[in-house]
Amino acid sequence: MLAEALFFSAVLFVIGVIGVLTRRNAIIVFMCVELMLNAVNLTFIAFAQAYGAAGQVFVFFVMTVAAAEAAVGLAIIIALFRHRQTVNLQNINLLKG
Amino acid sequence: MQPSAMPHGTLSMWYIFHFYLFGAFAIVSAILFVTRKSPVAAALWLVSTMFCLAVLYVMLDAQFIGAIQVLVYAGAIMVVFLFVIMLLNLGQGVRNDARGIGWKLVAGAIGIALLVQVFAVTRAHTPATLTLPQGFAALQVAQTGAIAPIAAPLFNQYLLAFEVTSILLLAAIVGAVVLGKQRESNAR
Amino acid sequence: MLPLLQAPAAASHPLNGTAAEWLWAVPLLPLLGFLINGVLSLFSAYRSGPADPAASHGDAHATVDRHGHAESGGGAAGDDHHAVRRHPFALLVSIVGPGVLVLAFALTVVIFFAMRAAGGSSITAPFIQRYFSWMPVGDLQLSASFQLDQLSMLMMLVVTGVGTLIHLFSVGYMQEDPGYPRYFAYLNLFVFFMLVLVLGASYPVLFVGWEGVGVCSYLLVGFWFSDKVNADAGKKAFLVNRIGDTGFLIAMFLLFANLGTLDFAAIRSGATALAFGGPVVTAICLFLFLGCAGKSAQIPLYIWLPDAMAGPTPVSALIHAATMVTAGVYLIARSAVLFSMAPVAQIVVVMIGALTAIFAASIGLKQWDIKKVLAYSTVSQLGYMFVGVGSGAYVAGVFHLVTHAFFKALLFLGSGSVIFAMHAAYHATDNHDDAQDMRNMGGLRRYLPVTFVLMWIATLAISGIPPFSGFFSKDEILGSLFERARYSTIASAHLFGIPGSAWLYVAYAFGVIAAFMTAVYMTRMMLYTFHGPNRTGEGERAHLGEAPWIMTGPLVVLGALALVGGWLNLPDFASIVGPVGGLEHWLDPVVGDATARVVAGAPETSSGLEYGLVGLAVLIAIAGIVTAVVALKPARLVPKRDARPEEGFEKVLLNKYYVDEIYDAAIVQPVVDGSRGLLWRGIDKGLIDGVGVTGSTWLARFVGWVGSQFQSGHLGTYAWVLTVGVLAVLGAFSIR
Repeated sequence: MLAEALFFSAVLFVIGVIGVLTRRNAIIVFMCVELMLNAVNLTFIAFAQAYGAAGQVFVFFVMTVAAAEAAVGLAIIIALFRHRQTVNLQNINLLKG
Repeated sequence: MQPSAMPHGTLSMWYIFHFYLFGAFAIVSAILFVTRKSPVAAALWLVSTMFCLAVLYVMLDAQFIGAIQVLVYAGAIMVVFLFVIMLLNLGQGVRNDARGIGWKLVAGAIGIALLVQVFAVTRAHTPATLTLPQGFAALQVAQTGAIAPIAAPLFNQYLLAFEVTSILLLAAIVGAVVLGKQRESNAR
Repeated sequence: MLPLLQAPAAASHPLNGTAAEWLWAVPLLPLLGFLINGVLSLFSAYRSGPADPAASHGDAHATVDRHGHAESGGGAAGDDHHAVRRHPFALLVSIVGPGVLVLAFALTVVIFFAMRAAGGSSITAPFIQRYFSWMPVGDLQLSASFQLDQLSMLMMLVVTGVGTLIHLFSVGYMQEDPGYPRYFAYLNLFVFFMLVLVLGASYPVLFVGWEGVGVCSYLLVGFWFSDKVNADAGKKAFLVNRIGDTGFLIAMFLLFANLGTLDFAAIRSGATALAFGGPVVTAICLFLFLGCAGKSAQIPLYIWLPDAMAGPTPVSALIHAATMVTAGVYLIARSAVLFSMAPVAQIVVVMIGALTAIFAASIGLKQWDIKKVLAYSTVSQLGYMFVGVGSGAYVAGVFHLVTHAFFKALLFLGSGSVIFAMHAAYHATDNHDDAQDMRNMGGLRRYLPVTFVLMWIATLAISGIPPFSGFFSKDEILGSLFERARYSTIASAHLFGIPGSAWLYVAYAFGVIAAFMTAVYMTRMMLYTFHGPNRTGEGERAHLGEAPWIMTGPLVVLGALALVGGWLNLPDFASIVGPVGGLEHWLDPVVGDATARVVAGAPETSSGLEYGLVGLAVLIAIAGIVTAVVALKPARLVPKRDARPEEGFEKVLLNKYYVDEIYDAAIVQPVVDGSRGLLWRGIDKGLIDGVGVTGSTWLARFVGWVGSQFQSGHLGTYAWVLTVGVLAVLGAFSIR
């Protein structure tokens, strides 16, 4: 089932990429990133079945980091919302100039 | 039963059918997630995707990870997302939330290109010596339980990473608190 | 002391250990003079106001301009005369300037006697002193070396000797000029370069001198450069020279490509390896002649010499009579072996020389400015010299070079005396007429008797009246030309299908006609200047007088030389008078083999024919003088301001066949317009400035703009760029 799992993982990853490119809501973009991470997790698990438990350990860490990152990222988005009253990426252009 | 202990050719139809089924569910959920206008709906579809993935994990002899996926990812991370969506009152979704049709087509093309490239790149084969014997993972689980295959490397080889991760979490907590804190002058 | 490395071949030269070892000191003395005078020239002649050399009202004629100032903005607060004053270091310069030349000449004479003592004309190999390795580049090994053989010894004597006389003359002539030290500095520098030219042991060293004299000619012709006419004349001289120099350079390239060496000694022995009359030798010789045409003012590059009369008169005497313009003749004599192997090139040289002789002589018939007459006379006589060396009569050509140096320098310096006197007269009465125009002169023999006698000596010499020097040299050229027209390698060659002998006979005819014209215009000059009534004016007449002895002294010496110079190379029929063919014997080791190659196998000329040709030459000369005396009536002349303008063919002659105007329209204007339009506007402003400078700034800004588009500050843009980047990297992997 390695090949099939990898296939699914690739497709999920690409869907995530399309979402990042297409959507303008910051939270939804963030969730697309989470989707990408999940796809990668699937890859690791699939390989772990064939090559040993180190893959699963890595998934463990990925999840941990994803959790931390989600917390911090959402805090940032809230702070941004407080400042600009919007989460639309078009309007969040403080980096410009 | 240990359906995965047997070589692919001897996997039961039941197993294979469900594997494809949940894989398809995952993909459909993902597509629906990406195309929803309302962030709440999108979040819920993502949760659905994660459930399907959890099933796939279990079917790939990573039962512990499957459980963790549901508990942590779907149960904690997605919940936080939903909290924030509710907090910011974004439930409805607004009109210019996505780019135009042109951009979507280009994004689609890029996506397909990426997919093709991934397949092309993964033509590479890893050496046969690294491959474990068939059904090794299932055997391990059967012998030592679902958690032991993870716990052993985690606390032996990857102990340092484990400890560092705790520091990472600390940093994340501190960061989140600092970012979330309102200024004194803004106090109501 | 310079480290002297003898070439191994000269290890046992007869001149080793003699005074010839001091060869290097001869050019170095004038160079030292240049440095000293140059430093002195940095001190201005004025106390305040513009520094030297804002000389007077920049008129090209005299230097002794005692009423300088207003028009050129020089000197003191414009109130009046005597704004120019004698340079504070004038006395030191008067000692150093001519002094180094006197020393150089003395040393030259010592070396000459040493050479005589060591065998004179029996020294077959040149004495070469190699000083240092100049440009060792792969196969090309150029070294700075001087060569002393009979030809360069002769040239050295002429240059230092006549140079000394002219320096002494200049002390008097330029005494009131504020640019006095600068003048002597340039003059000394010129002598230095001229000596480098004649002493060079290889073509490149000669070329250094060649270019150097060109530069000095520019500096000296444009000496009073605050007047644009003079500056333009200087530029013209230099630029036209440079056109010829291109030919010289190409000839050097061809020489190196075919013979692998540029040393005279090596080429002399190795040139015979080239095919006789072949394209290589002919091409080399023609390009060398192009260089000579520029330097020695032959058609089509003679145009600079008449304009160069804008410089001080002693400069004209030195540069444009005795030395620089003879460099071309010297070059051909040096390259005798090459020319003797290219009969077609020789025909070209002879024809152009003859054509120039007759062309310039015809223009001289109608010039009114005394210096212009002499300028065209110089061009014409140079034509004779080229006829000589072109036809393989190298001794005859060089002989005429020497005698011409004597009488032409005398003529120029004499005219300098006249102009000096005219200027003194005009200044005394504050007259602004042209002091060089013969119509304003007349009857000056009463006021300048010494100059009068000496100028007549020179005129007789140049016309070819025996026993003056010019007769012997001119007769020898024409005689040799006739012989070679009868039988020689040149006569057997063909140019444009016409046999060489036909060309040479035509050249002979031209030479005879030019001799006639020479006698006419020279006599005309004498008549208008010294004979007849005086047209200068009542008041001026009282101030006309002979120049100081420092100026007339050198004139006397030159007069004596013009008188007896013929003794250098007496022809056979004059054997009772003195030694026959002195110069021919002297130069035999240098040009003897080349001369022999040209006339090999020629039948002996009968003495009847010889006497006949001589008689014809003398007859022509006398006829010219008589014609001038009979036809021209100085009494009918009026001063310049009252003269009516010329008409018809006279006008064409006066305007020198409009050659300058033709060149201007055909060559100069198109080049200027092309440069302005295409090169300046098109390429410089449009391409280099527009595309290059402005374009590269635009490109930099554009690249920056493109880059700035990526830094939009929008996260969405970053996501796109990131994804495209991943695509690219993966693409690289998947392709590989």
